[in-house]
Amino acid sequence: MSPEKPQELKKNGLAIFWEEFSRSNFTVIFLAIFTGIFLGGVLVAATTTEVYDAFKVSFFSGIGKAFTTAINTYGALITGAIGNPQKIQAAFASGDALLIRRAINPFFESLVQTTPYIFAGLSVALGFRVGLFNIGAEGQIYIGALTGVWAGYAIPGLPPIIHIPVAMLCGALGGALWGFVPGLLKAKTGAHEVITTIMMNYIAFRLSDWLLKGPMADPNEVTPKTPWILPSAELPQLFEAPIRFHIGFFIALFVAFVVYLLLFKTTWGMELRMVGSNTNAAQYAGINVTSRTVIAMVLAGGLAGMAGSNEVLGINHRLIPAFSSGYGFDSIALALLGKSHPLGVVLAALLFGFLRNGARSMQLTVGVPTDIVSILQALILAFIAAPAIIRTIYRLKTPNHNEDIVSLRSWKG
Amino acid sequence: MAPVLELRGITKRFPGVLANDHINLTVEKGEIHALLGENGAGKTTLMNILYGLYHPDEGEILVNGNITAIKSPIDAIKAGIGMVHQHFMLVPVFTVTENVMLGEEFTKYGGVLDRAKAAQKVQEISDKYNLNIDPNAYIKDMPVGLQQRVEIIKLLFREANILIMDEPTAVLTPQEVVELFKIMQTLIDQGKSIIFITHKLGEVLESAKKITVIRGGKVVGSTDPKTATMNELANMMVGREVSLEVDKEIQKTGEIVLEVRDLKVLDPRGGVAVDEINFEVRAGEVLGIAGVQGNGQTELVRSLTGLLHAIDGTVLLSGQDITHSNPRQITELGTAHIPEDRQKDGLVLGLPISDNLVLNTYYLKPYSKGIWLDQKVIIETGKNLVKSFDIRTPSVFTPASSLSGGNQQKIIVAREFSRPIKLLIASQPTRGLDVGSIEYIHNRLLAKRDEGCAVLLVSTELDEVMQLSDRIAVLYRGKIISILDAKNASKEQLGLLMAGIIGETEKVSR
Repeated sequence: MSPEKPQELKKNGLAIFWEEFSRSNFTVIFLAIFTGIFLGGVLVAATTTEVYDAFKVSFFSGIGKAFTTAINTYGALITGAIGNPQKIQAAFASGDALLIRRAINPFFESLVQTTPYIFAGLSVALGFRVGLFNIGAEGQIYIGALTGVWAGYAIPGLPPIIHIPVAMLCGALGGALWGFVPGLLKAKTGAHEVITTIMMNYIAFRLSDWLLKGPMADPNEVTPKTPWILPSAELPQLFEAPIRFHIGFFIALFVAFVVYLLLFKTTWGMELRMVGSNTNAAQYAGINVTSRTVIAMVLAGGLAGMAGSNEVLGINHRLIPAFSSGYGFDSIALALLGKSHPLGVVLAALLFGFLRNGARSMQLTVGVPTDIVSILQALILAFIAAPAIIRTIYRLKTPNHNEDIVSLRSWKG
Repeated sequence: MAPVLELRGITKRFPGVLANDHINLTVEKGEIHALLGENGAGKTTLMNILYGLYHPDEGEILVNGNITAIKSPIDAIKAGIGMVHQHFMLVPVFTVTENVMLGEEFTKYGGVLDRAKAAQKVQEISDKYNLNIDPNAYIKDMPVGLQQRVEIIKLLFREANILIMDEPTAVLTPQEVVELFKIMQTLIDQGKSIIFITHKLGEVLESAKKITVIRGGKVVGSTDPKTATMNELANMMVGREVSLEVDKEIQKTGEIVLEVRDLKVLDPRGGVAVDEINFEVRAGEVLGIAGVQGNGQTELVRSLTGLLHAIDGTVLLSGQDITHSNPRQITELGTAHIPEDRQKDGLVLGLPISDNLVLNTYYLKPYSKGIWLDQKVIIETGKNLVKSFDIRTPSVFTPASSLSGGNQQKIIVAREFSRPIKLLIASQPTRGLDVGSIEYIHNRLLAKRDEGCAVLLVSTELDEVMQLSDRIAVLYRGKIISILDAKNASKEQLGLLMAGIIGETEKVSR
């Protein structure tokens, strides 16, 4: 057997990502998304009364109605996510700035929704890379939001060019602290990170509630919220209202790039991956598994913390209770979909962000509840986590070697 | 009379490799048929096809003269074919009966497990074939040799007539091997047929009635053990002259490199695994530690390499105290460690070969500058090592998991030997490897010894220890009960020592 020609020495992110994807069967991911969408459509049709009425008339009219219902729903989802092509055309033709902004807003709003997903997805993905299940992203987001918003309103007299990085950094530090505790417990005592991070989540939620009512409450407000952050801490927006798109998106992309460099280009990253892939061999190689575990959880927490401070500094400009609504938990599915690779996470975050945004307007226009998107995400996640389902349905060939979506140390993976 | 099993023209292709090339195999009833071949030759693929785990691209399988389609292990079992895998598939916390009936449960009252009935059948099988197994014993309490018998019972429970045994003696002590051959003979006498996959040439000549050698996916020959010699078989397996004996140069020993004093190490359950042992290894010599698996070898090696904490004693490397040093410090002082379990400790299977080749040196120049990895240098080094150590792989980017056992071990050897070392600790270095790889590693090991390196060889393969060592220490229940000159030691003598029986002349003077 003649050896194949070795690939290019300069392996950039795209090449590594593509290799990992094709090695672990990209077809499965594509089919998982497709099947999820299909089943979502079936579910929508099955819960629409008009469809049942149509079935009473005849089988074919029933199928037709089911089809059109699904198409309409997904159509509303897509226009909600990226905008209505006719509306955009008309707005540009009219030349009215406000109309144009309103027409292209859906697309940019989707990017706004994507940004926290990128941060949180990177957080969970980094955890997976070192063999840990970071379910605590949600709590880390909350703490990051708290520390970020505090830096935003409590430190006066800084120019934006300093205030913004400081505030983002404070967000990261808050999340990092929240990741440090479970990381340390895991490394020193073997305490299962799934349990400790979930507990830390609850602590974060209650802590946030209390801080918003007490020490961090805005004295001028009746309901619990923090004061507005200083204008110097606001993440600059790129357009005027109603578009809320801010530079947080680019910060997120930059951070994703940094995580990529860390994981694949540095010795630290190599150690993290070794620890996640085979702790025994990492120990044999002389790596301090304990410290690497803690460092990874600290970094993961920091990334999630930035998701929180991003929301606070870029969108809300103050902290209100329950601002996150599940970004941290969705990110688990996201990280798996992105194969725990920074580029994959960004792509998956875009998918989830667009879905999330589209779902809101879909609910307004065709009345289908936003939960359909949660179901969609759950289906996609289930198919990704158990590729055998997709392989059986579509009769795909199994790959030669074992495909590990994640190797989790806690379950002797 | 039709042969009990016939494989005709079995062909199997995987992307990039023709694993089985029109293989013909005939097994007569009541025959022990040995299947010999290097790792990667195609024997495992062939047996997986026979057992329904793979589908052949061409060819057919005939059972008792009838063409049989085997699409899954269920079909194989129905056809009377059973497989005893090298790595047992037993649940340690279940009893023998529960393990045997798993998947073929006896039930009563429409759903309730009938353990008693199953236990009775297990007892009958055990009596019929002299297996001596208690149906109610727990697997975790049984030694490996008896566990293997449970695997055999599983097959007989399902009325298998053709038993495939994959490397059955790899995990057995010499005494257990003798017992296994007795059992195989009993099975044959009762009309069963056995296909026996192995690398161990000596055993093949002892027990088989017919030998088929596979190389590169093709059958290269079928011989009769009465006329074949070990050298002939080895040559057929590898395709060239293989030396089964190693020529050792006269030993030139230097100063003491490794000194171990009163070392005491506990095992994971808290018992004493290494019981205050003393020994030393000099530059240019091979000290072989012989002993049956489970007498403290694992704990000894792990404590010497920094992976396990010793609770008492001292370990000196060229005079420097490394008793409580970590693996990185010990490596940086010039030690190489070939671990007992290559997949668990020695490699990160998910990473490419190039990364595995710098597993413990990646943080040093020139592989990295500060925290930045220099992939160019790593890949360049990888390519050079793959060439000079003849590692068979499509490229250096292939993940280590895709390689055969022999080539995986070569990665570890290439890595450990490519830095300047004064002490080499090799633990079961040729476990699970084929004749060609074994020859290669033995030669490399002796070359290091001749260069002046101190070599500590820990192995349960007595032949290997006797061939390579200058001095042999026998480890029994955590103590070194004897240290002999290899020239004077005989196999029988060592066998007795390994079982704990010390003669007068062998008592250790210290």
